[in-house]
Amino acid sequence: MMDAWWPALIFSAGYNTTLVTLGAMLLGAGAGMIGAFVLLRKRSLVSDAITHATLPGLAMAFVLIGAIQGDGRWLPGLLLGAALSAALGLWLVQWISARTRLGEDAAIGAVLSTFFAFGVVLITVIQSMNVTGQSGLTGYLVGSTAGMLAVEAKLIASCALGLLLAVFILRREFLLVCFDPEFAQTQGVNTGRVDLLLLLLLMAVVVIGLKVTGLILVVALTITPPVSARFWTNRPPRMVALAAVLGALAAYLGVTLSSARASLPTGSLIVLSAFAIFLMSFLAAPRRGVFASLLAHQRFRRRVHLRQGLLSMSRNEPIFDGLTLRLLRRAGHIRRDGVATAQGRAAAREAEHEERLWALYRRLYPGDALHREHAGLDPIARVLPPDAIDELEQRLLASGGRA
Amino acid sequence: MSDFMMFSLVPMTVAIIISMTCALLGNFLVLRRQSLISDAISHVALPGIVASFLLTGTIASTAMMLGAGVSALVTVAMIDAIRRFGRVEISAAMGVTFTSLFALGVLLLEVSQASGVHIDVQHALYGNLESLIWFEGVGLSSLVDPAALATLPPQLARVGVVALVVLVFVVVFRRHLILGSFDSEFAASIRARPALVDLLLVTMVAVAAIAAFEAVGSIIVIAMFICPAAAARLMTNHLGKQLAWSQLFALISAVVGYWLAGYGLIALGLDMSLSAAGMIATVAGLILLVTCLWGPQRRGRAVLANA
Repeated sequence: MMDAWWPALIFSAGYNTTLVTLGAMLLGAGAGMIGAFVLLRKRSLVSDAITHATLPGLAMAFVLIGAIQGDGRWLPGLLLGAALSAALGLWLVQWISARTRLGEDAAIGAVLSTFFAFGVVLITVIQSMNVTGQSGLTGYLVGSTAGMLAVEAKLIASCALGLLLAVFILRREFLLVCFDPEFAQTQGVNTGRVDLLLLLLLMAVVVIGLKVTGLILVVALTITPPVSARFWTNRPPRMVALAAVLGALAAYLGVTLSSARASLPTGSLIVLSAFAIFLMSFLAAPRRGVFASLLAHQRFRRRVHLRQGLLSMSRNEPIFDGLTLRLLRRAGHIRRDGVATAQGRAAAREAEHEERLWALYRRLYPGDALHREHAGLDPIARVLPPDAIDELEQRLLASGGRA
Repeated sequence: MSDFMMFSLVPMTVAIIISMTCALLGNFLVLRRQSLISDAISHVALPGIVASFLLTGTIASTAMMLGAGVSALVTVAMIDAIRRFGRVEISAAMGVTFTSLFALGVLLLEVSQASGVHIDVQHALYGNLESLIWFEGVGLSSLVDPAALATLPPQLARVGVVALVVLVFVVVFRRHLILGSFDSEFAASIRARPALVDLLLVTMVAVAAIAAFEAVGSIIVIAMFICPAAAARLMTNHLGKQLAWSQLFALISAVVGYWLAGYGLIALGLDMSLSAAGMIATVAGLILLVTCLWGPQRRGRAVLANA
């Protein structure tokens, strides 16, 4: 397995494989970029509708081309047909959700299933026709890169390159509209037109991706890499760039893996690679990842326990909680038998004092206290400026130490 | 006539039952704006079925339905985990989940086919309504002949049971379903357990999708969840009437669609038939298109404001 995978990984498994790999990577990058904008617009599943809506156009183009030249396989014509019916589906989704009271979810579901169904009907028409190349048509369902001709690979690669360039040129308008549509409008950007452009590019990605991952899986290329990228950064420009990189990486891994053995479906492997990248991001990303959140939660819990333990010590209350006792012991505030050390007594007094300052602060400035995250748990000197603390100390003294 | 009994009676009945069952549940999905959960669940029926085949080694229907059911629950759990722990928007979480699971299904299928096993991807996607032939259905007399009735395709009984279960669910939980569909916060405040009802609804959608999967395929079944209910939503503001409309639309789609697929082109003088499942979904989509253009309540609030 490995010795078959390695040549593909370093682009030395033959001209055609290299071409397909590069084409798929460009496509993955373009899909990732556009998908990132679509994700920011919260319309990820629109691509699901577009994808399924390509089938009837594909089938009709096949019938038409087949009627003219006897063989339905002619990629540019098929892609044009797919694009036309995808555009119709896209327009219907927009129209239904804008003009009727149905939500966008119902519009997407209705369009994707009805178009796909009509495509299936057309495929049964084709099956009873006398046209060659029918088996090539089913390749569009789950993708078929293995049997791709060099001409087709070149077409896909150059389309993907053009697409990538288009997104790169339009990135400012897209970012503006995705980030703050109202502000964009005040800057003279036509939001509706930018949205339309975005969806048209999304449609182009889907149509070009048909041959690589197949009709049903191309939607993953536009959703999974952007969602993964979102875990690593909060800044939209970086997220878009990262989504492009992750999309290309998923395509690279998927295509090379599938070329290692004959029966491996490329589309599925690209999607599963994208999912593996997603899973890593989901678990391990700093700040937004699951591990990071769990760690942050643990740290917070320990701080609460430690503080409550010290407060109990200063009030001479018995402590029963196991975690609290463990934390106090580890910090050297109490001995093994539970008696407070000198250091512990000092820390307890400090905690008590701090708690009083915080209580006073909360009473004097309830509005400000609300805005401070974990107010009362952080050391007050790190949160408030020295003069504010001085003022609090004065008031505390004046009230006789009672907050 | 005997041709009809043998080749068309069972598929048509199955199509009618499935369409009406899915449409009934679809009403609540459309009201809750959760239509796309049926999309996610229908796509993952494939990996579920392939996985259960690889595990049990049989293509027995019970094992497959169980596999598909488990995969549906896994999907719902995955979507929820990604949404909650990753703070990802729900539609994106759905997209990540169902595409990955579907890809896994295709991969498993290809790998297992390499070792000489046959499950057809195309049938999984398009369904195969036409294969439900009742060989003993030679005439009207077969309907009262126990021996002939015993040879009815088992899918008929299966979709019948599923339809009954779904019907009982909707009748028993009707108040909870309605409450949860219109105001889930109010439902929670009066302890109507909206989360539990949500989960039950999703489970019912999975059960119906799986029963339909075998006959009409995984993607076309989405049309039956969404189109009749959405069309009904544009006909009336009254939930009871909406349910009735959705049932009527589902019935019309199944009957007209099946007839067009089987006899439409023959009536035109061409000797060929089309995908019945595809035609049924297409008719459902056309009905929705008509209600979008002329349905009396298509505008919702705007119409109320003018009234």
